[in-house]
Amino acid sequence: MSTNLLALLPELILTLTAILVMLLEPLLAVGASRKPLGWLAILGSLGSGVAALFQLRVVHALGTLTGFYGTIQVDAFSIFFHLLIASIVVTTLLASLDYFPPDQISHAGEYFALVLFGATGMMFMTSSAELLMVFIGLEISSISTYILAGFRKGRATASESAIKYFLLGSFATAFFLYGIALCFGATGSTTIAGIGAGLAATKTPLFGWLAVGMVLIGLGFKVSAAPFHVWTPDVYQGAPAPVVGLMSTAPKAAAFAVLLRFLFEAAPTDRHHWAPLIAIMAVASMTIGNLGALLQSDAKRLLAYSSIAHAGYLLVAFTAPEPLAVSTACFYTAAYAAMNVGAFVVLTQLSGFDERLRTIDDLTGLALRRPALAAFLAFFLLSLIGIPFTGGFFGKFYVFSAAVHSGYTWLAIVGLANSGLACFYYLRLLTALYARPTTDTIGDAPTPHCLSIPAGLALIATAAATLLLGILPNRILSLTQRAAPSTVAQCVMQK
Amino acid sequence: MNFDPIILTLILATPLAGAILLALIPEQEGFDKGGESIDSKRHAAGALVVTLLTLLLTLHLPAHFNYHASPHTFQFEQNLSWISNPAIRYHLGVDGLSMWLIVLAGFLAPMGVLASWNAVQRRTRLFYSLFLLQQVAMLGIFMALDLFLYYGFWELSLVPMALLIATFGRTENRRRAAIKFFLYAFIPSAILLVAILWLYNLTGTFDLPTLQALAGAHHIAASPTALLLCSIAFLVAFAVKVPIFPLHGWLQDAVTEAPTAAVMVLAGKLGLYSILRFSFGIFADQSRHMAPLLIALGAAGIAYGSLIALIRTDLKKLAAFSTLAHVSFVVLGIFTFTVLGMDGGIFQILNESLIGAAFFLLLGLLYERYGTYEMRDYGGLASRHPWMATMFVITSLAAVGLPMLNGFVGEFLILSGTMQSIVVHHVLWTTLGATGVIFGAGYMLWMIQRVFYGSPGVRTQEVQGWDLCSREHLELWPFAALFLIMGIASPLWMRAIDTYGAPTATEIAPSGAPPSAQITEQIHSTPAVADSALARNSHIPHLTDARQEVR
Repeated sequence: MSTNLLALLPELILTLTAILVMLLEPLLAVGASRKPLGWLAILGSLGSGVAALFQLRVVHALGTLTGFYGTIQVDAFSIFFHLLIASIVVTTLLASLDYFPPDQISHAGEYFALVLFGATGMMFMTSSAELLMVFIGLEISSISTYILAGFRKGRATASESAIKYFLLGSFATAFFLYGIALCFGATGSTTIAGIGAGLAATKTPLFGWLAVGMVLIGLGFKVSAAPFHVWTPDVYQGAPAPVVGLMSTAPKAAAFAVLLRFLFEAAPTDRHHWAPLIAIMAVASMTIGNLGALLQSDAKRLLAYSSIAHAGYLLVAFTAPEPLAVSTACFYTAAYAAMNVGAFVVLTQLSGFDERLRTIDDLTGLALRRPALAAFLAFFLLSLIGIPFTGGFFGKFYVFSAAVHSGYTWLAIVGLANSGLACFYYLRLLTALYARPTTDTIGDAPTPHCLSIPAGLALIATAAATLLLGILPNRILSLTQRAAPSTVAQCVMQK
Repeated sequence: MNFDPIILTLILATPLAGAILLALIPEQEGFDKGGESIDSKRHAAGALVVTLLTLLLTLHLPAHFNYHASPHTFQFEQNLSWISNPAIRYHLGVDGLSMWLIVLAGFLAPMGVLASWNAVQRRTRLFYSLFLLQQVAMLGIFMALDLFLYYGFWELSLVPMALLIATFGRTENRRRAAIKFFLYAFIPSAILLVAILWLYNLTGTFDLPTLQALAGAHHIAASPTALLLCSIAFLVAFAVKVPIFPLHGWLQDAVTEAPTAAVMVLAGKLGLYSILRFSFGIFADQSRHMAPLLIALGAAGIAYGSLIALIRTDLKKLAAFSTLAHVSFVVLGIFTFTVLGMDGGIFQILNESLIGAAFFLLLGLLYERYGTYEMRDYGGLASRHPWMATMFVITSLAAVGLPMLNGFVGEFLILSGTMQSIVVHHVLWTTLGATGVIFGAGYMLWMIQRVFYGSPGVRTQEVQGWDLCSREHLELWPFAALFLIMGIASPLWMRAIDTYGAPTATEIAPSGAPPSAQITEQIHSTPAVADSALARNSHIPHLTDARQEVR
């Protein structure tokens, strides 16, 4: 079975929908609403989610799906990420349906298509068992997000955002590619399993080390882990709010999936060598992210630094042995996606395309004017803090209990002390929402338009996901735990 | 129908459902006497109904409590599996320690609603929803027997309180105070979570009774140093919440800013209960090792709190430091590990909460009338507000420990317990504690003198206040009645408290400490008052014995 199209079904659906959107776009009148295209894109991403569910049934019945000469490997692990990415994309699209003002409406079609193309690349990353395929997926997703980052055309911050993201991103991809080359040099293979076998047998460990290090740098950039995080605040600040919601979660989830596969399958014997390195990266990300966020007054920059910190929390999970690390990291990715996308949906709704309300001062007293939106944002912020009965709490709980379990108690202490530090800036924003406005000028600020139904749906979906992950984490955890042993089994099987 | 297995869930669910319902009901504009638009009272009325219903449900507990259950067992238990991995259970239960605290929380809530009736006029939907949520968290803390579930309620309790302070605070400083309060409590709690995870990793359970049994049999396989560090993580998280001197940095700001209803439930009982339940329950040995330090801190807290209260002229700041002094009394008592100290300490938690709540309520009434907490602006109010003056005096007398009122019982038992304990310098600590009583009388009576007697102050000349209205009478008389009943019929409460206090003190007490064991026996075997079943565990007759012994 060399070409197994079933193994690529979700990606295929996404690509075809995206092409269809591009083709239909010119047929619409210049000033006409692009909403039908948006709904088409939503339908397409829902379809890819359904396809992923179908794959799950096949995988349950027949075992792992492989295709394209073993370069594509669909197992519970990749299906988990397919579902996650599909949900993030659906939510983002729902929130962006009413995002474009009349004068920008003609670009909406490209926007929807680019989001779908990006998602294709991300899904592709998570189901590749071969590093060159991962690289192709990475490029597809990156190039789409580079363009999306600069979508608020004509604004200096948007151009800065796109160019910075593009330049630094290509630099990081180059590192990743160099890492692949070194892996090939060290082991003679570019498949993850082949590299694992080669590294275990190699007589020149330094070479392999260098290769693993390069790959780590490339992926570290994508997940915005310190010290490869410097691009994050500027890019997030300039990019459109719904795009930030997307790119702070979906590409990160994909990159974390690759990192999990690569570290636990290509270099599992070296866990005790690279785990301290990851721990140091985790501490650096958490600390730099949280300290940086303390000083921010712009809500998007604040959430950018918070996303660096959350990448750090997630990296803590990597210090645990495989099944625990995989299930914990998967859970955290899902929880973070739910709350962070939710927070950005609120920001999208509040500030609109021209980003009227950006700073914490702008948001002061929001609860008086928009009680529902403020309540949603408050809930997401509480989840980001890690208050019990939210997804964020269980995410942190599982991550740090994994760290304690694998003997990294100091890391758990540092991490939780950091989450204490993090409360400070989340609370600054949270208390501002509920404070009385200090000046009367707030009355003159343009009142945001009413909450649209699709955006309301997106908000309810993310809030429900955050709450469910916080009250009944069992369901999702059992899914992630099923994801973990399958990777172990393949690892053993292919050796 | 037998409500026992689900009563605790009902008690939790009532305010939670109330909070959700109130959050969904939109605010409605009404008009006050001056024609100004304000929110109508629908949220306040709803909250009152919900809290009264909760109070009614909590009264089920003392009515059906089994006083003859063996020590370390829990009643009204509900134990359901919640999450299978890690093993987290929805495990609730009540014993002699928590029962009256739950009733207390149930009692303070409607009082808080009444206190906010006129004080909170805007954004009532937000206020009462948060207030009820705060009650859920508080009740949950008192009931949870699963460490994880407990931690959930513990963290949850911070959020509504921080938001109440940030939104309804009095001055521009409110947001700073709210963040300070939250950070002070959250950072040690984060470390507490590490300690809980570490314990789980060792024992594979979050279940408190199981952990207690394991710890009691020394079956937790860890080095003494690691266990000591773990117990310190627990203790520090609780101590900040109490607060124990010198971790009281958040108290003054939070008390100054918080609205009356929130400040009534702010300090004391949650942290003290947690120390009794978890620090003593799981880390008996470690607690015994740390007792001398904690007793010293307790005594220092009494002295420091009282002295600072003496020089404060802002009524709320005075109340903040008097709170510090009063909770320090409890710390002093429970860490002596004598039956008298332990029982007195637990009883004093109830007293302190009630007296503190009544005091803050009265201060709130003054503020509603005159818009200031500055003592210098007041004066000569007694002739204008005779009823209010009476209530202030009753509350102050209860606070300073006048015999016949409840404060006396607690303070006396604690000081007797300290004197009996074999901790080093116990005479010194008792003396310091007793000095605190004197200073306490000093600042309370001085405050009464400056506010209610003497020549009228600036503010009282400008503004014409009014004496208590019927709603305010309704708020204050239950407190006054409780002060008196708890002062003369303390066995009614002691009976339940002793089922926890006596065995715990006896178990933890340092070996070679005869008094506690002897006294327990004495308490339980004296036939003099046996004709009354209630008086069986009465301490009052034995206090004379204890006093003689000390002499």
